[in-house]
Amino acid sequence: MLAFIVTTMFAFVAYLALTAGSGDILGLWSMEEIVAGIFLSVLVGAISRNYLCRSRNYRMLNPIRWLLFIAYLIGPFFIAMARANLDVAYRVITGKIRPGIVKIDPDLKTDFGVTFLANSITLTPGTLSVDVDEENNLYVHWINIPEGDEKMAVAPIEKVCSSFPKWARRVAE
Amino acid sequence: MLVDYVIWIFLGIGLTFNTLGVIGLLRFPDVYTRLHAATKATTFGSIFTSLAVVVLSFWKYLAVQYTAGLSMGVHTIIAIMCLLLTNPVGAHAIARAAHRSGVKPKVAVVDRLEEVGK
Repeated sequence: MLAFIVTTMFAFVAYLALTAGSGDILGLWSMEEIVAGIFLSVLVGAISRNYLCRSRNYRMLNPIRWLLFIAYLIGPFFIAMARANLDVAYRVITGKIRPGIVKIDPDLKTDFGVTFLANSITLTPGTLSVDVDEENNLYVHWINIPEGDEKMAVAPIEKVCSSFPKWARRVAE
Repeated sequence: MLVDYVIWIFLGIGLTFNTLGVIGLLRFPDVYTRLHAATKATTFGSIFTSLAVVVLSFWKYLAVQYTAGLSMGVHTIIAIMCLLLTNPVGAHAIARAAHRSGVKPKVAVVDRLEEVGK
């Protein structure tokens, strides 16, 4: 039942976002759109409740996690992304690269946490996640490995992705 | 108008990074380093060109009550969110598929993934 309610609310919010600006209720929506939205989201919730909430774990409903996620997006993530792009720009112009694939052990347990970290790694300085194994170790393509770090079996996590594993743990686990 | 300058600056930043992404795609030696240029630079550049659209449409909505501007702005924000989600996932899929089908990094000082023999 909770899965059905969550999926319906999610679909309804998405519908409202897509139809904003259609009428006068709260200055944003028309009556027709709201009625159609409720009808369609109940339908979507009934059909797809077992896909959105497959793990039956509702920890992501906690609003503190959403606030942390937004804080992460506009704070450390955006700064790291801007730095990543200046870094790529520098390497495109000078051609100084020393690439390789290293292994890191972020010590995360849930699928969502690993997805979160892998996407963050791809969008931030000089790193691109390539593969993941059963113990949730990530294989990361690193465009500029510092001298000496290629000899370690597990690369130092602070150098690869600074504080992201901590944020991933806070938001997703 | 100040808003016009903000839009021009956003478009400038976006186009600069998209151009750098294209140059990187041509300059880098193998598929993995090319993906660096293709994902990071183009995501960042496209976010800024989209932000220019968001600023323009919200400004039109607030200044001259142009309601279609609101829906355009919200749709562009949703597009940015989808871009942030799908671009790294696509890059990850391409990199993994390339490695599994035997395309090894051309200039690499270390390759831990090859050592575990996947």
